[in-house]
Amino acid sequence: MAEPERSGPGRPPRFRLAAALTVLTLLAPLAACGSGDDGGIPTINLYYTTEQNIQKVVDDCNTKAGGRYRIAYRVLPRAADEQRVQLVRRLAAEDSGMDILGLDVTWTQEFASAGWLLEWTGERRAEAERGTLAGPLETARYEGKLYAAPKNTNVQLLWYRADLVPQPPGTWDEMIRMAQELRGRGQPYRVVTMGAQYEGLVVLYNTLVASAGGKIINDDGSRAVFDDGAVRALEVLRNFATAGVTTSSFSNTIEDQARLDFQSGAGAFQLNWPFVYPAMQEADPELAKKVKWARYPGVHPGSPSKVTIGGFNLGISRYSRHPDESFDAAACLRDAEHQKFSAINDGVPPTIESVYAEPEMAEAYPMRDTILEELKDPATRPRSPAYQNISTVLSATLSPPSSIDPERTADRMRKATQDALDSKGVLP
Amino acid sequence: MSTETETATAVDRAGPTGAVPAPRRGRVGRPTLSEGKRAERRLGWLLCAPAALVMLAVTAYPILYSVWLSLQRFDLKFPDEREFVGLANYVTVLTNDYWWTAFGVTMLITVVTVAVELVLGMGLAVVMHRTIVGRGLVRTSALIPYGIVTVVAAFSWRYAWTPGTGYLATLFGEGAPLTERASALAIIMLAEIWKTTPFMALLLMAGLALVPEDLLKAASMDGATAWQRFTRVMLPVMKPAILVALLFRTLDAFRVFDNIFVLTAGANETSSVSMLAYNNLIRGLNLGIGSTMSVLIFLAVAIIAFVFVKLFGTAAPGSTDEGGRR
Repeated sequence: MAEPERSGPGRPPRFRLAAALTVLTLLAPLAACGSGDDGGIPTINLYYTTEQNIQKVVDDCNTKAGGRYRIAYRVLPRAADEQRVQLVRRLAAEDSGMDILGLDVTWTQEFASAGWLLEWTGERRAEAERGTLAGPLETARYEGKLYAAPKNTNVQLLWYRADLVPQPPGTWDEMIRMAQELRGRGQPYRVVTMGAQYEGLVVLYNTLVASAGGKIINDDGSRAVFDDGAVRALEVLRNFATAGVTTSSFSNTIEDQARLDFQSGAGAFQLNWPFVYPAMQEADPELAKKVKWARYPGVHPGSPSKVTIGGFNLGISRYSRHPDESFDAAACLRDAEHQKFSAINDGVPPTIESVYAEPEMAEAYPMRDTILEELKDPATRPRSPAYQNISTVLSATLSPPSSIDPERTADRMRKATQDALDSKGVLP
Repeated sequence: MSTETETATAVDRAGPTGAVPAPRRGRVGRPTLSEGKRAERRLGWLLCAPAALVMLAVTAYPILYSVWLSLQRFDLKFPDEREFVGLANYVTVLTNDYWWTAFGVTMLITVVTVAVELVLGMGLAVVMHRTIVGRGLVRTSALIPYGIVTVVAAFSWRYAWTPGTGYLATLFGEGAPLTERASALAIIMLAEIWKTTPFMALLLMAGLALVPEDLLKAASMDGATAWQRFTRVMLPVMKPAILVALLFRTLDAFRVFDNIFVLTAGANETSSVSMLAYNNLIRGLNLGIGSTMSVLIFLAVAIIAFVFVKLFGTAAPGSTDEGGRR
């Protein structure tokens, strides 16, 4: 850039050349954006987070497409926030370079409401819904329409030391009591889970609210509710944080820290995603032998928990220039065969129920029955376009959990959530 | 613009007699220009027209557009609910705790960093000015922090202060300094100061070059100590340069973003106003509230510039000595 500008107007021919060069320099990036199709085969750009073996799935789909399209896997950043920021910035600018979007389950409503996703209709919709578990499917819907196809899901389980605890606890109160007894006997007793001020704390709270039969927002997503169940959930969370059974860094713990804390042998219970089990088998096989899993504890005795589901959906950008091919490519990436492949090789639980019954799944997923049991009766996070904002204010209000004052905290969250729903909220 | 040209013409007309008539304000009594002068002025306008147009396109338009956005409920998540809401967004932001916390943090960072940078920058400037041996080497090495990309430097600071990866974290006992408010703010300010002190020194060194050597010699002949020479001779002569340096740095410091973004991402109430605007605009997709914050930041920066130029008499960069009012 500096070179062309230096030649002054005193030398007209060079000046003109410089001007032409400047214009070319400015236009070159635009031209680069425009290209991308080679040899007439449409390139379908898949923007998806890091998943180690997804390239194999992509290659397989490209072979099956037989030259109709070619999927190119573009890796999004690892951190969820950065993935979303990249996607929304480019969608807001109507970028046609993105075709298939890997959406966290909590973004689907937001993107659909903003008008950035194409609806799945007709035969495509039927195919995406066939055999898919109801919970994950619900995360892909907005106002009764389907805007994405669930690719994988996830739920947290209760992991416990079977050598210390013969019977897993059914409720939080029971678990806290067991931990206190263990502490009294001088044995490892801690309950390890995520309590830092981030999405993980909201997931914990959401699970408690759903298990207590409460609601955060109403069904059409227009009003913040925070009913008795939501207040009861706050009581449970506060009691847990102040019962002396957590780790000292509970209010600063995220997934991997929780896994390491439990692996170090200090914990008797861990509430975490299934990835902790293979990691433990690798790091400490002796400990892994003593660890069993069970359904996440509930709030009320006799009524089982409802656990918050995570996972990813595949949506088609409204600005895609090859929507038909994109729908087909997305359907291929998430079909039963490829979900099984990803589940076994990348550890992401499938959304299609029949995949769990496949024989190869038994070895990779010894806990598959518990996962499936939770998935059939799950909790979703508030399905609102304003979820990001709601989550931000919730985690800010809930942190640290030990200073929760149930009624007052609920009032503050109700007001902040309503503001977020009305676009009046200020994010911290 | 026009008054400046008039003054110039007035001086021109005064010519060798030296009698300068008082420059006239406004359009009344404007002296008639000769044909040549008018052509010259037209050429002047034509020459600066492209620049003026570019400025309008890239500065005036975005500013006006964000003012227009700030008067609307405009949330990309709810495109159908876009409406004109007058000053409601300003009420929302100005009655919000997060905003005032961030404003307080920003002011604190601005005041502390600029004050410390001024002192350290002055020291560095004197060293760079007085060095006899290896002057080039000293100046180059002093400028290295300023040459490093802020984000890169911020990542180095972040790793240095993270327990496990860093050598600084363990210096102050157990715990992670970046996860507590006071220590995190201190680290942010440290990173800012480390980075921009050389810039301050550079601006001040330009001022130091203005101090005539004879004046200093005369002062020491009169028995002034080194400190007296510094406060009584150098500082008064350097005052315009110091004020310009302060103005630049204050405007810059008020918009602090990258260090905070990398070091804490605004956790534990360490957000600056720019962080808050980013969070609401880019992450929250709330163009109404986010633009309101941008406009408020713009106003704050404008007020700072106004205070410096009008009250302290800082010479606007590029203007003549007259603006300086020494």
